Formats: sequence, C-alpha cells, structure tokens
Amino acid sequence: MSRMDKKLKSYSINIGAILVIYILLTLLMKFGIINSYYEVIVISIGINIIMATSLNLATGYLGQLALGHAGFMAVGAYVSAICTSHMNLPDTLQLIVSILVGGIVAGLFGILVGIPALRLKGDYLAIITLAFGEIIRVIILNLNITGGARGLKGIPLLTSFNSVYWITIIIVAIIYTLIHSRHGRAIISIREDEIAAESVGIPTTYYKNFAFSLAAFFAGIGGGLYAHYYTVLDPGSFDFMRSIEILIIVVLGGMGSLTGSIVAAIVLTILPQLLMDFADWRMLIYSIILVIMMLFRPEGLFGKKEFSLITLLKGKQHAFNPTPNSHGRSE
Amino acid sequence: MTFLQQLINGIHVGSIYALIALGYTMVYGIIKLINFAHGDIIMMGAYITFVSLIMFNVPIWMAVIIAILICLISGILIERIAYKPLRNAPRISARITAIGVSLFIENLFFKIFGGNPRPFPVLIDPTPISLGSLQISMVTIVTIVVSILLMIALDLFVKKTKTGKAMRAVSEDHGAAQLMGINVNTTISITFAIGSMLAAVGGILYSTAYPQIDPFMGMMPGLKAFVAAVLGGIGIIPGAMLGGFIMGIAESFTKGYISSQLADAVVFGILILVLSLKPSGIFGKNVKEKV
Repeated sequence: MSRMDKKLKSYSINIGAILVIYILLTLLMKFGIINSYYEVIVISIGINIIMATSLNLATGYLGQLALGHAGFMAVGAYVSAICTSHMNLPDTLQLIVSILVGGIVAGLFGILVGIPALRLKGDYLAIITLAFGEIIRVIILNLNITGGARGLKGIPLLTSFNSVYWITIIIVAIIYTLIHSRHGRAIISIREDEIAAESVGIPTTYYKNFAFSLAAFFAGIGGGLYAHYYTVLDPGSFDFMRSIEILIIVVLGGMGSLTGSIVAAIVLTILPQLLMDFADWRMLIYSIILVIMMLFRPEGLFGKKEFSLITLLKGKQHAFNPTPNSHGRSE
Repeated sequence: MTFLQQLINGIHVGSIYALIALGYTMVYGIIKLINFAHGDIIMMGAYITFVSLIMFNVPIWMAVIIAILICLISGILIERIAYKPLRNAPRISARITAIGVSLFIENLFFKIFGGNPRPFPVLIDPTPISLGSLQISMVTIVTIVVSILLMIALDLFVKKTKTGKAMRAVSEDHGAAQLMGINVNTTISITFAIGSMLAAVGGILYSTAYPQIDPFMGMMPGLKAFVAAVLGGIGIIPGAMLGGFIMGIAESFTKGYISSQLADAVVFGILILVLSLKPSGIFGKNVKEKV
C-alpha cells in the first residue's frame, strides 16, 4: 500500500470513529439515557479537553510551565460574553464570532504575557503566568463592563453539545496536525534542547511565543464555550485552582500526549462527580499526585505516546505510537 | 506629609518582602529553581505562631521560636523529599513538583484549620507613636529593625563564615564545589533552612501588619517577594533586599495615590517592565550562556 493510501485509510478510520461517537452520544441524548445532568458533564469534558490539549501544547510540547491557563479562559469567557451582548446575529454564527473574538483577545494577552517572559530562558513564564492569572481576576473584579464581583449574568445559551463536540474535535485536530508539521518539530526541539534548537537555526523566541499564544487562543475559545453554556460568569471560577486542575490533567495524561490529555480530561471530570468524598479531598489528592508523578513517572500515564486506532485495529501489540521527537522520525 | 507616611508604610511592607525575597533568591541561586512552596512557609510561620499562642498559651518569644524551628525543618524536608531526587531531571519536572508541594501545604492547612480567615493575635502594642503629624506604630519600627538586623546577619554569614563560602561556591558550580570537598547536599539543606527561617519571620511580621491569616495567604506576598527578587537580580542577596524595599514602596504609593485595588496589578506591571528592560535585574550581570 502506498503512503497516500495508508494516510487516507487512517484518516477515514479516525473520521469514522469521530462520527460513530458523535452519533452514539446524540442518540443517547435523544433517548434520554444521557439526561441533562449527564449532559453537563459531557460538555464539561469537552471544555476540559480543549483546555488540557491547549495547555499541553505550551507545557507538554513546548516545555514551558504555564500556570495561568484559567486566566486566558477568563479573558475568552468575558470577552465573548460581552461580544454576544453587543451583537445580534443568528445563534450559531453569533457563537462562532463571539468565541473567535474571545479567543483572539486571549491570544493577544498570551503574546503580551509571553513576549517578556519567553525571550528569556528559565522559570519566568511560570511566574509571569501565575501573576497574570491572579491579576486578571482582580481586574475583572474592578471593571464595570464585567459586572465586578456580582458576576456577568444573562449570557444567552448558545453552546450546545453539537458545538462543543465539533469545536473540540477541530481544536484537537489543529493541535495534532501542528505538532506533526515542520513547525511542530521546531516546537518540540525547543523542549528537548533550546540551545541546540537555536544553533540549527530555529527562531526559538518566535516559536515559543507562537505556541504559547496559540495555547492562549484555544483557552480563550474554551472560555467562550464555557460562558455561553453556563450563561453566568463569576471571576471566582477562574482562579488559580482551575489552572491547576487543567495542569493536572496534562501531567496525568502525559506531557506531550494529546490522547493522554483527552483520557485524563474524561477521567478527571467524571471522577469528582462520582465520588463526593473525593471532591472534598480533591485538591489535596491532586497536589500529592503532582509530586508523586514527577518523582516516579514524570512522563505521565501515557508518556509521550499517542493512542492510535489504526495500530489497534491491525492487532499490533503496541497501540501506542511515539510522537515524533527531536531524534527525528522522518516518515 | 502623607508622602512621608506612605514612604514609611512602604518601607514597612518592603522589609517583609525583602526577608521573603532573600529565601527565593538564595534557593534560586543555589539550585536554579523557583521554590513555589516558599510562600506557604510564610503561611506556616503565621499559623504555627497562631496555634502556639491561642491553643497552647506559650509566651510570644517561645511561639516565635517554635514557628521558626518548624518552618526550618519543613524547609529542609521539602528539599530532601521533593526537590533532591529531581536535581538532574528536566527543569519542568522540578517546577511542577514545586507547585505540587505548595498546593499540598496549602490544602493540608485548609483541611486542618478550615478556609475561614482567622484573626492573628496582637503581638506588639499597636498604638502609634506620633511624630508631628506622622504616625509610626511600634509594629512598623519592630518590623523594620528586625528585618534589617536579619539582613545584616545574613550578609555577614554569607560573606564571613565557612558555610557561607560553601554556599557561594555551590551556587557557582556544584561539581567544582564538590571536588573542593564541600558537601553539596548539606549546603543546599542549610540554604533551605535559612530561607525558611527568614520566611517564617516574614510570615509572623506580615500577619502582625495584616492581622488575618488563612491557608492561602502566602501566595500574594510570595509572588511579590519573587518579583522583588527578580527586580534586584535573582540569585543576588543585596538585590533581593533592594528589590523588596522598592516593591513595598511602589505598592504603598499605588495604594495611597492611585487605587488600593490596583496595588496587586502594579506587581505584575513591575515584573513585565523588569523582564522587558533588564531581565538580569538591577544588580544582575549579563551572563553569556556557554554550551
């Protein structure tokens, strides 16, 4: 089989799987097996997948610790909500325009935060994003347009299961194709060895900013979807703990594994709902998981591998494929 | 006159930030890691003082010593358990561990004491002394004097003692220091111990100035102190002191003249400015990286 055919086959298998899951979930919702309570969970899973895969781009693939992802989500949520309240388009178009505007503004904030921190080597991005996440809440609390501490109410309900599902698929697909492109290899090479990457002519500052602001852009889109689903925004829901919840999904799933992030997002969204006691102890358990994972299995549960349907169907022993790394898989 | 008043307030909080920043800068200098848990040592210091005063009714001086000792031991333990195994691991692993440790301490205290803020007992008589129209409280005087004495002591320790010399050597080059017969692990432990001790004192002084404690109180002063350390030049001890005072004064003037709610945003502005203009900090030298 030629390479083209192979690619075509793998694409069709994946698209088929996406459609099957979509039809399955839609049917389950139609027949009420997934009731409105479960639907909230399904939509939270989608939003968490967007947040986690985008953070994975910055932390897993680029190798920069970002601690303010909830801040970008907040920017996206508030900007898109305000955008919706000032426009009057048909529902679906309005949602798309609003979340795009929210995402772009979040991405601009990403550039603003990233430029000073990312041209330097070292820990600066961690601290600047941490500060950003905290400060953006203070700013939202003190602005009139965001409703301050009372929160922003009365956002029209535009997000539905359909929109979350397809936007999640699109974002994951974009990140996946980006990572497997020339630009993705440049981003990964920075993680592996920044000096070596620079010495082979990769513009490291450019790629660091590019990956980080793209992550912020997707986080903004996630925030926009969140705003138009919950219809009420409160600055408290975008605090540091939320950034940590997203980080733990990435760490648990494996830094540098998109499928790992997806699986971890599903598990960590459902788990607190199932175990009420767990919800109580959640943050303490999360913090212990962070330390233990780093000490004993820093690559996460999936490591840098991706789960692949194609290899699974072929019956090979390894359904996990390593993502291309700087050691260069040229195929 | 209000200008002078704000300046004194600024020096007051600034000296606390400076104490905390010293711990950050020393640890960063020696293992090149932001010790995110440092902010939580501040909180621990405050809580342990609170518990020993309220629950065990010990005298103030003893409560302070107990707090310092427990923080010192925790600092060493944190390094031994969480950071030491990762010394040669990728940087991002160590950073995530540091965040994990910080969250662990916060949520542990949250579980034990609950999330409600508690009033911190009065350690120092709060009635201010009036100098003309200037009001200086005893708290301010004690804070500034204690901080400056500790800074002088630290400076002498690092410059004059053998251990201090070892600390400087290790921060320059682990391998070479080891070859000279310096026990690198002990030196790093001592650095954490001193940093945590200063943070404990900083935490107690901070809670005396803002007498309300909660499990997450360490985050903001920790962040500000870190910015102070970057402002002065990370890894440089006099830089952390100067950075702390500048941060305190900047914050106090923002509160006094612009808006008290934007004081936290000023921290962020300063961080962005420093990183954009002179990332090596005020006292920093521009070091070329060698491959």
